[in-house]
Amino acid sequence: MMGQITNVVVEILPRFEGYVYPNEAVPHPLWGFLIVLYPYITGLVAGAFIMASLVRVFKVKALEPVYRLAMLTALSFLLCATLPLLFHLGHPERCYEIMMTPHFTSPMAMFGFVYAWYLMAVLLLELWFDYRQDLVRWAKVTPGFRGLIYRVFTVGVTDESPKALALDEKLGWILSIVGIPSAFLLHGYVGFIFGSIKANPWWGNVLMPIIFILSAIVSGIALCVFVYMVLTWIRRHTVDMRCLDTMAMFLFYALVVDASVEALDCIHRIYAAEEGFPVLQTMIREKLFYTLNLGQATVGTLLPLLLLGPLQLLRKRVSEPVRQRMIFGSAFMILIGVLAMRWNVVIGGQLFSKSLRGVMGYKLEFAGVEGWFMGLILLSLPFIILTVLVKLFLSERLLSGGRTPRDSAAAD
Amino acid sequence: MKTQFSRRSALSRLGGAIAGLLTLSAARTVKAAVQKVFVASGAPKDYDPTRHQWLMCIDVNKCIGCGLCVEACKKENAVPEGPYFRTWIERYIITRSEPGSGRARGETFVDSPNGGMRGFPELPAAKDKIEHSFFVPKLCNLCEHSPCVQVCPVGATFDAPDGAVLVDPNYCIGCGFCIQACPYGCRFLSPVTKTAEKCTLCYHRITRGLKPACVEICPTQARIFGDLKNAGPDDPIRKFHENNRVQVLKPHLGTEPRVLYAGLDKEVR
Repeated sequence: MMGQITNVVVEILPRFEGYVYPNEAVPHPLWGFLIVLYPYITGLVAGAFIMASLVRVFKVKALEPVYRLAMLTALSFLLCATLPLLFHLGHPERCYEIMMTPHFTSPMAMFGFVYAWYLMAVLLLELWFDYRQDLVRWAKVTPGFRGLIYRVFTVGVTDESPKALALDEKLGWILSIVGIPSAFLLHGYVGFIFGSIKANPWWGNVLMPIIFILSAIVSGIALCVFVYMVLTWIRRHTVDMRCLDTMAMFLFYALVVDASVEALDCIHRIYAAEEGFPVLQTMIREKLFYTLNLGQATVGTLLPLLLLGPLQLLRKRVSEPVRQRMIFGSAFMILIGVLAMRWNVVIGGQLFSKSLRGVMGYKLEFAGVEGWFMGLILLSLPFIILTVLVKLFLSERLLSGGRTPRDSAAAD
Repeated sequence: MKTQFSRRSALSRLGGAIAGLLTLSAARTVKAAVQKVFVASGAPKDYDPTRHQWLMCIDVNKCIGCGLCVEACKKENAVPEGPYFRTWIERYIITRSEPGSGRARGETFVDSPNGGMRGFPELPAAKDKIEHSFFVPKLCNLCEHSPCVQVCPVGATFDAPDGAVLVDPNYCIGCGFCIQACPYGCRFLSPVTKTAEKCTLCYHRITRGLKPACVEICPTQARIFGDLKNAGPDDPIRKFHENNRVQVLKPHLGTEPRVLYAGLDKEVR
């Protein structure tokens, strides 16, 4: 009988259990699937960039074959990072106000600036310094529209003297050093958006930015493995096993650190068992069971650890094709797992009432701005941009003519 | 061929463009700050917010759960139909513990059908099974350190000098961050305007010397509203403080609400 009255809201909207504040009883959570994609995409950018910096800053020569690919991947995902945000706003036409009248105590307000800084000052400039000499050369030998593109990208700077090239190298290196904290800032701040909300016991957590950065690094390296493997298969090249094994190594260690910190977060929550603990337990048991236990923990963490861990010890005993498949499979599972992790954070934080007395449901629909079809489009967009960028800037025909990272790796 | 552009000039141009953009943004910030106070609050032009300090107090013991305040609020402020409320009433039912269970209290049940707008259904259990049953009106807690104001990316929501927390509907971009940040569930994204909305203490009324609609209509004076800067010794708001020990909702969050409650129970969140 008591159940009947506490579930009055349920009669109107059948997706609520217990008591939720009347304003929370809306049919869809405020932040839907698009906001799941936003930290996912931003994390891939930061992770791919940090992987590229391993080459430039930490001089990991084995990774040189994927340096440019990682940078282009970061760029194509960064270009799409703001789209999910923009589409979900009530008034997208006012989005420029974030830049024009920023409110400096808001973590969200700083995004515009961090994003602009990262895109303009770090990624594009570093890529430009890296590509400048090639662009000048390609502009000379390529006719037509394609040549025009290269000419435009040289911005009129055609100086090829050794002094200028040395300066390019030096500036690129400086930008890469600046870029690492910038990448941390870009994604750490995304974690802070959630971590700073003290009203929500699932989000408000000092570890949140750190977890976001670590999982970003993991997902970024996994994405580079994925893109590199797909590209070599499409182009029918042989896979550079030294490069792939090195990526797998970094992927494994990053995953170990990430999994440890996430486990620490989990243990702390269970041990401290603060005010909202019972409702979080209910939510995890009833609403996040599959995405958390299966998606994030099993597919995204345990299985890749089990696949990649032994590879670090027994690398020489596993044949190359098997190794390739194991690494590719792990990378793919990690990409799924990190998406599940973003889902658990963003959607999970809205599946229980701030009255801590009830839980809500969420059904991902097909159509609509927050539907999964839209999400699929937004997720494929960076890959389409990447295809164009790879055709333009990693063209086999042009690269075979001169200095390439691949050559320098071979010479090493 | 000698190049026309050097890297140096390209970079300095880029720097100039960024500097220009930053100056523009500072100028716009000043303009927005001025606009916020004077344009979109609904107050008359001669109203001086620095001369008032509004406060809402609630005597839980007096609320009978009639729901008139919710209805009045919806009508006065054109709050959209459906699960959108600037104020609402919660009913708490705490049952007696089973004899011999070793527990001081039974279970707690909370409901708020349609925000309590049309009152509440009959008590579902026999009266002797229920230890406490009471109503708690809720509204914006007028926090001194409002998390919603802190997180707004464009500064569309702001603390007025008189204690009201307002949203400028012409600035709000509808991102929903303030709604996530409010610990009390007092905000909603209006399906009509696509902007965040909340209790304004009926700002268009109080700035003209009237009381908020919910206070005006309350038959039991469970809601006490006043102006701390202009309250005499016999003002209801002073009497309320003299006669009661007060509590706030979720004090551990450090938001320092200025909506004060008398007669709360620990179950109320």
